[in-house]
Order: sequence, then C-alpha cells, then structure tokens
Amino acid sequence: MSPSPEALAKLTPVLTKRWLSPDAWKIDVYERLDGYAALRKAMRHHPDELIAFMKESGHRGRGGAGFPVGMKWAFIPQNDGKPHYLVVNADEGEPGTCKDLPLMTNDPHSLIEGIVIASYAVRAARAFVYIRGEAVHAARRLRNAVEEARAKGYVGENILGTGFDLDIVVHSGAGAYICGEETALLDSLEGFRGQPRLRPPFPATHGLYASPTVINNVGSIASVPHIVLGGADWWKSLGSENSAGTMIYSLSGRVKNPGQYECGMGTTLNELLDLAGGMADGHNLKFWTPGGSSTPMLAAEHADVPLDFDSVAKAGSILGTTAMMIFSDQDCPVYASYRWIRFYAHESCGKCTPCREGNYWMTRVYRRILSGQGTHDDLDTLLDACDNLLGRSFCGLGDGATSCVTSSLKLFKQDYLDYIEGRRQPLLKASDLVGAH
Amino acid sequence: MAYSEELREKAREIMDRYPEGKQRSGLLPMLHLVQSEDGYVTPEGIAFCSEMIGITKAQVAAVSTFYTMYKREPTGDFLVSVCTNTLCDVMGGQKVYDELSEYLGVGHDETTADGKITLEHAECLAACDYAPVMTVNYEFYDRVDGDQAVGVAKALQ
Ligand SMILES: NC(=O)C1=CN([C@@H]2O[C@H](COP(=O)(O)OP(=O)(O)OC[C@H]3O[C@@H](n4cnc5c(N)ncnc54)[C@H](O)[C@@H]3O)[C@@H](O)[C@H]2O)C=CC1
Ligand SMILES: Cc1cc2nc3c(=O)[nH]c(=O)nc-3n(C[C@H](O)[C@H](O)[C@H](O)COP(=O)(O)O)c2cc1C
Ligand code: SF4
Ligand code: FES
Repeated sequence: MSPSPEALAKLTPVLTKRWLSPDAWKIDVYERLDGYAALRKAMRHHPDELIAFMKESGHRGRGGAGFPVGMKWAFIPQNDGKPHYLVVNADEGEPGTCKDLPLMTNDPHSLIEGIVIASYAVRAARAFVYIRGEAVHAARRLRNAVEEARAKGYVGENILGTGFDLDIVVHSGAGAYICGEETALLDSLEGFRGQPRLRPPFPATHGLYASPTVINNVGSIASVPHIVLGGADWWKSLGSENSAGTMIYSLSGRVKNPGQYECGMGTTLNELLDLAGGMADGHNLKFWTPGGSSTPMLAAEHADVPLDFDSVAKAGSILGTTAMMIFSDQDCPVYASYRWIRFYAHESCGKCTPCREGNYWMTRVYRRILSGQGTHDDLDTLLDACDNLLGRSFCGLGDGATSCVTSSLKLFKQDYLDYIEGRRQPLLKASDLVGAH
Repeated sequence: MAYSEELREKAREIMDRYPEGKQRSGLLPMLHLVQSEDGYVTPEGIAFCSEMIGITKAQVAAVSTFYTMYKREPTGDFLVSVCTNTLCDVMGGQKVYDELSEYLGVGHDETTADGKITLEHAECLAACDYAPVMTVNYEFYDRVDGDQAVGVAKALQ
C-alpha cells in the first residue's frame, strides 16, 4: 500500500535530504549540494551572534534529553583563559536508536560543517567525535571526510582566511553503552574506564580535561548548517510548539518498511506507520517505544499522540531519540522487558549499588516469571526494585532501566498475570533457572 | 612479541592527536592497535601501551577489561556477532544465534577448534531497521535468517 497524500506531506527531508544523492559523502558532491555555504555565512557573524541565533531557533538536543542547544553553548564561560572543547556524542547505543550512524555514513560533511560552526561559536580549537567502536565503517567515512575538509581549508589552520583554527579528531570507543552518557564518555576519552562523573558541575564548565566543553549529539550538530542557511523562523515552522525542526524517526520491528523517516516534530505514529507501508502482514500493533528502550513503552491507544517533547511527556513517556521499536500482538511485553533488563544489567558500569544490584535482581525475577514459576509477590518486588533505582541511581542508565518495567506493568499487567497464573505457556525453560546467577 | 618500529610510529601518531600532556587519551585507540596486531589484548600489548603512554600496566589492564571489544583471549580469524537485543531477538536474532551456535559447536565468546570463528551475542548494534543483524569482523549483514547465517559461516571456513 502506498502512503496517503497526507502522510507524504509530513515527510520533510532536511538532515536526510542528501542521503539519496549518489556519492553525497564526497566533498565535491557535498559542495554542489549547498555544502559549506552555511559555514561561510556563519563565519561572517560574531560568535556571540551565532549563539543568540541558536537560542532563537529553539533547536533542542537530539541525544535524548532535548536540552536547548543554544543555551548549552551559552553556558561556556568566555575569556576564562582555558581551552574549550567540542565533543560530538556518536556513541549511539540506546537500543532501537539507529539514526546517527546512517547520517555519518551518508552525509558525513554535514556533521563536519556543523562541528566547525559550533566550535567557532563556542571558541573551541579542538573537536572530538566519540564514535562507537563497532561502527568501523562510519568511522572510516568520517575520517576520510575530515581529511577532505582539511585539504579544502574547512578544517585546520586559518579556516577560510578568518584566522580561526580547528582540529577534528575521530575517536573510536570500544563497546560500552555507558560511554554514551556524557560524563562517562569524557572519562573514556581521557583514557580511563567509562564511568559517570557527578554532575554538577556540568561539562559546560568542567568537561574534557576539566575545561569548558560542549557535548552534543550527532543530530544536534548536523542540523546546525541547515538552520544557519534556512533561518530560525524556518526551523521553528517545521516543528511544533517547544519542539522546533524536523526529527529523524527510526522505525524498526513489525512494520512493512522499517527505516528512517524524517518529518516535522509532532508527527504521530499512525502517520509514520502510513509512511512505512503499515504493520507487517498478520501483525497488529500492541506496544512500542517512542524513543528507545529507556523511554516508557506506549500502547496502540497512543498511536495518535504527536511525537514531540511535550506531547509525549503528557502521554507518560519521553520523546528520547525517536527510536520507535514497534511490536505486535505476537510479541510479549514481559519478554521484551526481560530482555532489556538483561541488557541494562550487562551494561551497568557497577559504580552504584541500586543499578548494579537492582538490574541483576530484576533479571532473576523476570526469569522466574517467564519460566512459569513467578508469584504475585514478584510484581511487587519488581516495582520495589524500580523504586530504589529511579532517582537514586548515579546516572541516567539506572533511571532508564525502570522505564520498561513500570510501563509494561502499568499497560500490560494481564500479560504478567497470565504467566503467573498459568494461562500462558512459559517462554523460558525451568532449567534456565538452575544455576542462574 | 617484539613490536615493529612501524607500530611504534603508529602509536606515536595516535598520541600526537591529543593535546600536550593528555597522551593518555590515546589509550583506547592504542589498545585497538595492539589488538589488531595480536588478535587480542596480550600481556605484551599491555606492556607496550604502558610504556608508550607512561602509565602502569595495571592501569592499562584496568581500562582494557572494562570494554567489551577488547578480548582477553585469542579470538578466531573471524568474529561473528549476532545482535540478540530485544528488537533483533523478536525478529529472529536469537534463533539465528542458536542455529549458528549449534552448527559451529561453540557458545558465547568461544572459538571453533580450527581457530577460525569466534561467536558472540551482541547488544544493539544501531542498525535495528535492518533486524535481525549480524556482523563479521564488524561488517554488517542485514535481515539474516538462520540458513543465511550458517551459509556465511560455511563460506568463512
Ligand atoms: N542516543 C542514545 O543512544 C542514548 C540516549 N539516551 C538519552 O539520554 C537522556 C539522558 O541523558 P542525560 O545526559 O543524563 O540528560 P540530562 O537531562 O541530565 O542532560 C542533558 C544535557 O543538558 C546538559 N545540562 C543539563 N542541565 C544543565 C545545566 N544546569 N547546566 C549545564 N548543562 C546542563 C547536560 O550536560 C547534557 O548535555 C535520556 O533522556 C535518554 O533518552 C540514553 C541512552 C542512550
Ligand atoms: C546511559 C546513557 C547513555 C547515553 N548514550 C548516548 C548516546 O549514545 N548518544 C547521545 O548522543 N547521547 C547519549 N546519552 C545522552 C548524553 O548524556 C547527553 O545528554 C547528550 O549527548 C547531549 O547531547 P544533546 O544535548 O545534543 O542531545 C546517554 C545518556 C545516558 C544516561
Ligand atoms: S546508574 Fe548504573 S551505569 Fe550509572 S553510574 Fe550507577 S551503576 Fe553505573
Ligand atoms: S536491536 Fe539489534 S541492532 Fe538494534
């Protein structure tokens, strides 16, 4: 079924507009498609004007928390005599999230152009891209693109004759989800185990090497050249109230055509499903995440919620990274939660007790339930564990882990009871419990 | 193993990317470098990083054991990783993993007797729209099923 005209009208490729142009990752093709025009424009302005402009645009972080980008840049103290850094968070580890790697593969120069503009605005002479280690292909693309940009004078010394110098280093991680948390990322980038630091102070004042540092997600920075060229009002006009611009919605799971659909903020799941050809044959929507595994799951009744920061919060979840994992009546929310909790238990850095122990115990409780040996008390134990995690963990990983548990218990308690009361065949074998630890 | 002057030069290049006095930032890339040379992070590799950066071997080891991608034992020529995080799992990833495991006769983080293939289950690889996903030495295979995965394994052997 082809998408309806209404749904097609929602499709607004901005960050993704070059993805279909052949070889757009090469610098000469990129230049032909408006590439580096925003940099020239930006550098005609004073850095402070650029920061004010970013505030004006209403642009918010695309890494999950939606913090206003211009405000973060403005936090960087000026004339403090310390070096400033820009760090791009390209760790992309949140289950379901798959927008940053294709962006860097298909259009790496948009990220580089954004980095140069952002660094110029916050007076950083060095920028780092911390990219997840497994993404060998995307890192290679990005490194080549940095070299191309250097050869053309967009990166390096005296950029475009303005006297501004910037070096960009692409730094690969080594497979730890927690290194996406910004302070753990900084420790990792400094050559330590990636464990979160206490905030405040925030990286804006005490970041990399204890210097003022802006950390932004790939999407946050790659949007910057588009906003500079299109203007603040244009960017605001694409989204909804308090949620400016477009968003890359990543649809995965039980849909006909999974993939990246870029639309104005405030598009609904129903509209996105329309674009993606509908649910896969024989599947009916049962539950979905609006923004990755750390965002509370929603049900079919929420398919009309406008997917922007405020509306999703009102519906009881978080917009997160707009990583929409879509599950059907053939999938089990209890099992899905179990599998996510196993992930959090594995990725917990071990620094604080609620997260290290809580996820470990919840994994065991889930195993018991799914192997048909759960009790009604187990449900209270799960909620109790979440109580001890939410707001009591050292970083957002612990908080995020509770989302799937509490939301699935709220929306799909019957599914839990079906296992506990023997109406549903166990999904795990009792033998999985023997020696389970 | 004694490392070549060429490798030392590469290690120095890595350290040069970071600001003066912050050469420890080069540790993760340097561990990738010695691992690609030796197949895993060997005691010699740890000693090399410690010497180049000027920190203790214990400090290097403490870092390398934190990260999943650094292997503590020899791995096969090919590292086959199957994503079994929730989304890939329900789309068939766990089945792919199980079939590969049965065919190869090894479990998670184990290597076939001929030293060719190491199998592991991976967490989300940020390619969920292509689920279920498998990688071989970090090159992606999209929407795999058990038969295809076993076919890839056979070809590697
Ligand atoms: N992209 C991905 O793969 C993943 C994304 N996430 C997302 O991460 C989010 C949580 O991230 P956090 O960094 O813990 O969120 P946060 O809300 O604590 O911080 C967001 C950003 O605003 C800055 N900030 C906040 N208050 C500030 C202040 N007073 N002064 C200066 N800067 C300030 C922080 O430094 C940070 O850069 C979750 O909402 C989740 O959706 C989680 C896991 C993975
Ligand atoms: C456990 C955890 C993992 C995270 N992983 C990522 C990530 O992979 N990529 C990302 O951009 N932000 C990630 N974040 C959010 C960052 O801490 C930070 O908020 C973000 O990089 C700021 O960028 P933005 O303001 O441009 O969104 C993670 C947060 C937590 C708590
Ligand atoms: S909440 Fe979890 S990941 Fe975060 S610091 Fe505590 S143990 Fe580490
Ligand atoms: S869940 Fe497998 S790639 Fe994301």
